[in-house]
Parts: sequence; C-alpha cells; structure tokens
Amino acid sequence: MKTPPIEPSAAPVMLEEPPPPPPTTGPRRIAWARRRRSFARVARTYRRNKMGMAGLIILAFFIAVALLAPLIADREGLDPTSPVTGMPFQAPSWQFPFGTDNLGRSVLTLTIWGARISLLVGLLATLISMVIGSLVGIVAGYRGRLTESLLMRLTDWFLVIPFLPLAIVLASLLGRSMLIIIMVIGITSWPSTARIVRAQTLSVKERPYVERARALGASGWHLVTRHILPNVGPLIFANTILTVAIAILSETTLSFLGLGDPLSISWGTILESAFGSGAATAGNWWWLLPPGLAIVFVVLAFTMCGFALDEILNPRLRQR
Amino acid sequence: MRGYLIGKVAQALLTLVFVVVFNFFLFRVMPGDPAALLLRGSAAFNPDTLEQVREDLGLDEPLPAQFVTYLGNTVALDLGDSFFARGRSVNTVIAERIWPTLLLVGTSTIASAIIGLIIGIYGGWKRGSAFDVGSLGFTLFVYSMPEFWFGILVLMAFAGGVGPFPAIFPTGGYETPAAGLTGLAHWVDVLNHLVLPFFVLTVAYLGEYAIIMRNSLIDIMGDDFITTARAKGVREKHVLWRHAVPNALLPTMTLTILSLGFVFGGAITIEYVFSWPGLGWLTVQAIDAKDFPLLQGLFLLFSGAVIIANLIADLLYAYLDPRVRAG
Repeated sequence: MKTPPIEPSAAPVMLEEPPPPPPTTGPRRIAWARRRRSFARVARTYRRNKMGMAGLIILAFFIAVALLAPLIADREGLDPTSPVTGMPFQAPSWQFPFGTDNLGRSVLTLTIWGARISLLVGLLATLISMVIGSLVGIVAGYRGRLTESLLMRLTDWFLVIPFLPLAIVLASLLGRSMLIIIMVIGITSWPSTARIVRAQTLSVKERPYVERARALGASGWHLVTRHILPNVGPLIFANTILTVAIAILSETTLSFLGLGDPLSISWGTILESAFGSGAATAGNWWWLLPPGLAIVFVVLAFTMCGFALDEILNPRLRQR
Repeated sequence: MRGYLIGKVAQALLTLVFVVVFNFFLFRVMPGDPAALLLRGSAAFNPDTLEQVREDLGLDEPLPAQFVTYLGNTVALDLGDSFFARGRSVNTVIAERIWPTLLLVGTSTIASAIIGLIIGIYGGWKRGSAFDVGSLGFTLFVYSMPEFWFGILVLMAFAGGVGPFPAIFPTGGYETPAAGLTGLAHWVDVLNHLVLPFFVLTVAYLGEYAIIMRNSLIDIMGDDFITTARAKGVREKHVLWRHAVPNALLPTMTLTILSLGFVFGGAITIEYVFSWPGLGWLTVQAIDAKDFPLLQGLFLLFSGAVIIANLIADLLYAYLDPRVRAG
C-alpha cells in the first residue's frame, strides 16, 4: 500500500494580510476579496516552484490527451473487428507507432483512450475519499468528546486494515464495474485525510477569532463553514492532489489483478491483458511500456504538484 | 508510562475485535450467497446440493447463531476449511505459504528501508545539491511506478531476454521444480529465484523511505537545537549524525515498523508476476476460486500483523521519545 509520504501537520500559510478595504461592500465581499488575494499569492509562489510547474505541465498534457482522445485516435481502433486494426503482436511501425496488441489493436490508440478511464476513476475516487475524509475530520475535530473518539477509532480501524486486500475483497464481492472500483478506492483511502483534517481543525478551533465569533453568538454551522473550512481548505486541497496519484495507482493495481471493468479500457486493464497474453515472456515491450510510462508520468505529475503545494502551504517545509 | 502502555494494548485489542467482527459481516451480509458461489459452474449445482453446502457452511442457521459460532472458532484459531484446496484447513494452507513471503518481502523491506534512509539523509543534508535533485527525481519516479509494471519489465529483460538483455534468471517460482536439490545447492537455487523479485520490491519500496527521511531531516534542520549545536562549534558531521539524524529517524522508524506489519500482505502483485508461492499470490488464487474462508483467514492475518506492528511502533516510540511518555 502507498500512503501520501507527507502528512502536512503544521498550520497553513498565514501571511500578513494588507488592511481590508473599507467595509462598504459587505462582509461576504470582503471575505471573497481576501480569499482571491491569498489565492493569487499562492499562485505566484507556485509559479516560482520548478517541481510544481513541471508537474502541472505534464498534467496539462495528459488531460488534453484524455479530452481530445476522439480527435487524435479513432475510436474504431478499440474494436478488434474493425478494419483499422492490424495483425496481432506487431512491433512498432509507421502505421502503429507503439505496435499492436494480441487482437491487432494499436497500443497507441488504447493508451490514449485509457487515459480517460484512468483519470476519471482517479478523480472520482478521490472526490469520494475527500468528502468522507474531510467530513469525518472536521466533525471529529469540531465536536470533540465522544463523537471525536468514536470517529477517530473508526479511522484507526480503517488505517490498520491493509488497503489492497480490503479493496480486493470488496471488489470481488461486489462485482466488476467501474462504479464499484471508484467506490472501493474511495471508501478505503479516506483515513489519512481524516487525520490531517482533524489535526488542523483542532488547531484552527482554538484560534482567538473563532472564539470571538462564538462569543458573538455564531452558530456551529457558521463557525464550520465560514471560519474552519476556509482555513482547513488549502490543506485538504494539497492532500487531494496527492490522493489522486494514489487512487490512479490503486485503479491500476486492481485492474491488473482482474478486478476492473472488463468493458472499459484503462491503463491497468491494458497491462492486465498484456501480462495475461504473455507479453513479458514473448518480449512484446511495446505493449508494456506505453501504458506503464503513462501511469508513471501522471502519478509523478500529481505527486509533484502535491509536494509543491505542500511546500507552499506548510510553513515548516518552506525553503529556509 | 503504565497508563500509556495499558491504553495502547487496549486500543490494539479493540481494533482486533473490530477486524474480527468486520470480517464476519463482510463475508455474510454482502450480496452473493457463498454456497452458490462455491458451486457456481460445477455439475453439482442443484437445489439439493445447494442446501447441503449451506448446511455444511452453517449458513442455514440464523445470523446471530452463526456469529457466535464464528467468534468461538476464531478465538480458537479454527478458520475452517479452504474451498479451493479441498478438505484442507485454512491454517494449513496459510502456514505453507508464510515462509516464502517472509523471505521475499521481509528482506526487501529491510533492504529498501536502509537504502532509502541513506539516500534521504544525504539528500536532505545537502538540500538543493546535485545529489539531492538527482535522488529526489529518482525516488519520486520509483514511488510513482506501479511495482508490478516494473516487475514485468525486469522479468522481460532478465528472464525473457529482450534485445541486449541477457536471460540469466529463472522466470518465476520459488525453486526449480522437481530438481530434488538439497542442502547448499537447494539454497543457491532459491536465492537464484529470489534475485529478481527482491530487486524489484527493494527499488519499488525505497522511494517512500527516502522521501520521508529527506523531509523529516529538513524539518529537523530548522530546529533551534541544531543552530545551538552549530553555535557551540560542533563539527558538521557530528551535527548530522549525533543531533539531526537521531531525531529525524523517529517518523521513519514508525514507517519501517508499520511496513514490517504489511510484509505479510504487501506483495500481492509482485508474487503474482513472479509466481512466488507466498501469501500474496495465495490471495489472488483465493479470489479467483471465490474461496471465502481462505480470504477471511488471510484478511485476519494481514490485519492482525498490522495491528501488532502498530502496537510495537507505539511502544517503541514511547521508549525512544520521552515526550510521548510524559504526554
């Protein structure tokens, strides 16, 4: 199992704010103007971060490939009976730059279309994981007492249950479909987020301005949505980016073990059919390299973006 | 200190109880009838045999009664009979596969921890140097790669022999089948089979250690006691090895011990790629065969190992870091 190697624990960036403009525009507007400014500041710092920008460029490339798949690769090429396919196990040529698979399909076409499923599964699974993780973390941190101990006990339980066996068991019990893969990854990968969010909520909750708001009679809902969430948000965001990387790797692994959706083509299912057809012993390297390298670069890109954000939002890691 | 110990042990036991209960419901409340799954595709699939199998598995009893039976059996470590190795108990099937897994995953976890920590220490110490940038790129790359994909490539290169690569290692398995080797020759044979999967796992795991060690060291280097040590005129080498590293090792040590807990279940895909007859490959076989009792047993073993490793990490942490004991 892979976990995000960095657990940002310290407070998010709390740089000095310029004095707020006159309060003629109403509190909500002021708050949004301040948030826009702080977003612009983070964006400026991010642009100076080489690792983060490199990650962003790689990511933009793969997202473009996924979105433009119908334009760059004929969908026909996914259908083994279509005339655009060639002979099976062909080495790279002008017609098939990455060769062909056991059904004569172009590996390039498969890899391009696989980007869609792999990215989609990664993003949706992360969304589920983030919603559960943030909710558990904020509720536990904000409510405290019994709620907190119950929720954190649950989180600890999920943390010690080995991820891959649990995901495999769930996927094999529930059946092979894309939705189930997304759900399985989502509900097994939230605990580390919950822990980070709870720690941050605990520290934000004790800050004087939250106390002041409470003294002014703010409701729990108001405190959470207006004061705690905006301060925990950046950390959740950095964590989300790192979780996407792990979710994509998990999808690949589950698909490779034959638990993926048999009807959709992802990078994991391409590798599964390649290995299953003996590509390793037959030396069909062109069938194995493209989807594998695609996974490495996408995961690398998300990880680099996540680390860069973490370096910006986590003061303890900032370059001294 | 005693309160801390008792608390941690109680917490571990509670987690174990949760896993046992979770295990029961996971395989019983989820959709799908185990008896039907067991008979699926076999000639014996008819209502009578289905009823018979349900009775054998105790599935005809009400759920609470099943639960009590299950709890009693689990406490007595009787995990039932495996479906796919007919007539043999889950315990026997698992026991046969433990040694290969420990040999492969245990050694590569330790090797990757040592190499990863050293890379992380030198990278974090000379932050921004050529070594740091190069090693960070390398560790991020290996961290991002699906380990089974790297395994397949290594298998293709050094066991299949593609292009310039020599096919010098066996394509998989634990030993040469039916060779009847004994003594030293047997061990040389096993080691020969071990080389490729060991190499793949070591490379695949070391990225995580290197990254965490590097960040942990960078974190510590900004602390006041490092500045104090330097101000006292302590030599740089001593600042690194006597002041910074011992403190930076704490989080990585936790990771290492937790990984040792994951040793039992952690190499599913690599064992599958290299046909290494360990617990990981057994898990894949159990899934293919819909062998629920075996999966349940494996699951219990995997979670139990992690819980125990977690407990050891907590206790060791308290022993090494006085602040934990006091708090």
